[in-house]
Amino acid sequence: MNIPVVEQILFANNTLAEDLRRKLDAAGVFGINVMASPGAGKTTVITGTVERLLNRLKIGYVDGDIATSIDAERIAALDVPVVQINTGGNCHLDANMLAPAVDKLPLDDIDLMIVENVGNLICPANFQLGTHINVLVASVPEGDDKPYKYPTMYRGVDVLILNKVDLLPYIPFDVERFKHGVRVLSPNLKTFEVSSLHGDGMDAWVDWLAEQVAGER
Amino acid sequence: MHELPITQSLLDITLRHANAAGATRVTQIRVKIGQLSSVVDDSVQFYWNIIAKDTCAQDAELVFDRIPAVFHCAACGHSAALQKAEDYRCPECGSPDLVLDGGEELYIESIEVE
Ligand SMILES: Nc1nc2c(ncn2[C@@H]2O[C@H](COP(=O)(O)OP(=O)(O)OP(=O)(O)O)[C@@H](O)[C@H]2O)c(=O)[nH]1
Ligand SMILES: [Mg+2]
Ligand SMILES: [Zn+2]
Repeated sequence: MNIPVVEQILFANNTLAEDLRRKLDAAGVFGINVMASPGAGKTTVITGTVERLLNRLKIGYVDGDIATSIDAERIAALDVPVVQINTGGNCHLDANMLAPAVDKLPLDDIDLMIVENVGNLICPANFQLGTHINVLVASVPEGDDKPYKYPTMYRGVDVLILNKVDLLPYIPFDVERFKHGVRVLSPNLKTFEVSSLHGDGMDAWVDWLAEQVAGER
Repeated sequence: MHELPITQSLLDITLRHANAAGATRVTQIRVKIGQLSSVVDDSVQFYWNIIAKDTCAQDAELVFDRIPAVFHCAACGHSAALQKAEDYRCPECGSPDLVLDGGEELYIESIEVE
């Protein structure tokens, strides 16, 4: 006997993600999910973002990491509430892992929740977390061919932060080739070119983000 | 690695439908996987052999239907699978103006039970 099923395999995760989104909305929290390959500069971008927004917004940070709390300590040093999720080897966060972490944040006292996903360019894209936007950090040393090699990751992304542009003089990287690949995969994507280490371009990203957060409240 | 939770979910859904139908054995499962969903068939099969063991679906054949991501060229109307478009330019006219469709599917289409 044949049973037609037609059911999303990630239905359970998507449902949980929707629950999380409702919880964030109810508390007036704008959530962002920051994804990237290892070392692209997620924590450096987040540090620069938090520093610039500290006197404007109340921020909470969730760190998804395979085993260490190095990143969590970097952000905790900025005196914002931090929750650490050790994924125990898992290569991505899913809504089920994020939910208990969100419960540990003082949501009523937060405007912006920043989630740093596990460094990985293949896995996290499948798993929605319920955040309002998915932010992908890509960095110049990774090469301009990445949207062509890892199309999944550049699909369904709302914001692309091209980081480490200070290295453009030293590394062959065709910005136009890179941006074209990204545009085909995500036509409505918002792109920022930054050097999170030196601060170039960070204000434009941070101001845009603050506007989105204001829209949520 | 992300195939483990995907396989777990595949098994949960399969068993729920099999039980509801009063089936004693699941013989086949048809899964639709979009080309852009980065799920590796072999990897799902590998986990399946472990986690479906001792369930009524342990011998089920997993059939994966790959759905391509398709582009449409806004300049000349040509349409083909995305991997035919080198550097995401139309292979017919060279235009970079491509619109993508599909390729993100990830669902169970049907199961065959006894
Ligand atoms: N040149 C340059 N280096 C940068 C920039 N941003 C980050 N880095 C360096 O890149 C390295 C990795 O940065 P992180 O912020 O730890 O990257 P990450 O993505 O959080 O790394 P994981 O969490 O381990 O995946 C560090 O040595 C940073 O100093 C930048 O804009 N320019
Ligand atoms: Mg980090
Ligand atoms: Zn064409």
